[in-house]
Amino acid sequence: MKTITTQQITEAVRQLCMDVSYDLPQDVEAALEQGLAKEESSFGKYCLEQIIHNCHLAREHRQAMCQDTGIAVVYLYIGQDVHIIGGSLADAVNEGVRQGYEDGYLRKSVVEEPLFERMNTGDNTPAVMHMELVPGDQLRIMVVPKGAGSENMGAMKMLKPADGLEGAKQFILDTVRNAGGNPCPPIVVGIGVGGTMEKAPMLAKQALTREIGSRNPNPLYAKLEEELLEAINNMGIGPQGLGGRVTALAVHIEYYPTHIAMLPVAVNINCHAARHKEVVL
Amino acid sequence: MSEIKKLTTPLTAEAIRDLKAGDSVLLSGVIYTARDKAHKRLCDTLAEGKPLPVALENQVIYYVGPAPAKPGQPIGSCGPTTSSRMDSYAPILMREAGLRGMLGKGPRSKEVVDTMKETTSVYLAAIGGTGVSISHSVKKAEVIAYEDLGTCAIRRLEVEDLPCIVAIDCQGNNLYEIGVKTYEK
Repeated sequence: MKTITTQQITEAVRQLCMDVSYDLPQDVEAALEQGLAKEESSFGKYCLEQIIHNCHLAREHRQAMCQDTGIAVVYLYIGQDVHIIGGSLADAVNEGVRQGYEDGYLRKSVVEEPLFERMNTGDNTPAVMHMELVPGDQLRIMVVPKGAGSENMGAMKMLKPADGLEGAKQFILDTVRNAGGNPCPPIVVGIGVGGTMEKAPMLAKQALTREIGSRNPNPLYAKLEEELLEAINNMGIGPQGLGGRVTALAVHIEYYPTHIAMLPVAVNINCHAARHKEVVL
Repeated sequence: MSEIKKLTTPLTAEAIRDLKAGDSVLLSGVIYTARDKAHKRLCDTLAEGKPLPVALENQVIYYVGPAPAKPGQPIGSCGPTTSSRMDSYAPILMREAGLRGMLGKGPRSKEVVDTMKETTSVYLAAIGGTGVSISHSVKKAEVIAYEDLGTCAIRRLEVEDLPCIVAIDCQGNNLYEIGVKTYEK
């Protein structure tokens, strides 16, 4: 049994919110460099150069790489042998988000209620939290801030099993094509297949946090990832949608068992600022 | 890419006619920020026949919601937001308020492009997700209207050599279509 205080959690979340906004993961930066080497369009090259330059500036100045520092999505993988003391876990996470966004000069982009007044909460809380109990005595916290430009371009559909692989591919490719230049390409495409209507989008979001270019362990899905990546890069959308070869840096698919009569498919698009960072307590 | 053109606001129709889709531009002068909520208020004000809080004739609106400025900085990160969210408002501002330029990211609707042709206006694209480098082009920033909207308030920015690309020109040439067709397989 390990005891973790809510103060430790608040401090960890505070730090993650800032670091994730300033410091693009190395694998994403490497993928942008590889994209630059591949890109044929002069606008595409120019955009990629500027994006990489901006990523260096953000790290150097500890300034948010993008003004849309997102709504904070926080994953908590809680070891079964962890005992959290000092108050509510959710409150501790939200306090970390509040402090991180304030102290880190990050934009507060959360509205309290979506349909009527849409008043900004002023401190970027609440976070969207996903908690999962896992074996062990550690608490793994991952912060995945998500901006609107790319999140707005995602889609989910309950396909019929008869739609099959072809139907799924068509839905995924249509979603990316319709998104075009809006989600700040080059994008990372997270896909969730199976489960239920809420499970597939969860998988799609998690797929975005995989190391860029890693492959699904199931060879059929790994091959599908490669095939979809090629199809997307053949669309010509290119960096920022101005035309080019590098529309996506990666396609990641996650799947889960589903019902005999279901085929849920979800697509979550990430901009080139594919931000995620974690810490283990 | 073409040679880089220098462009200074306010923009005349002549200056706009000189810009072709695909031109690289360094934008200087005063520009105004506005996003969805500010656009809605501006359009509502026009519909009521009242004066706007800022004269938009020959001006450029930058679609941006900046991050907070650190001490000593005029502004925080301030890259463009998705322009298509302003598509339903932009034609009203071009027709009724004389707006001459828009700076944002991503494709625009047919109605916006048609209105640009009709009013001799230009759509410039800045590179989405380069908020730090763009913030270095901003020399001064002040909120001039709708302060209650926070990051979505209207700001007056003084910019110097802000790098952008003519994405859609006043003849309706559209880099989002031309560029994608060129590289589509």
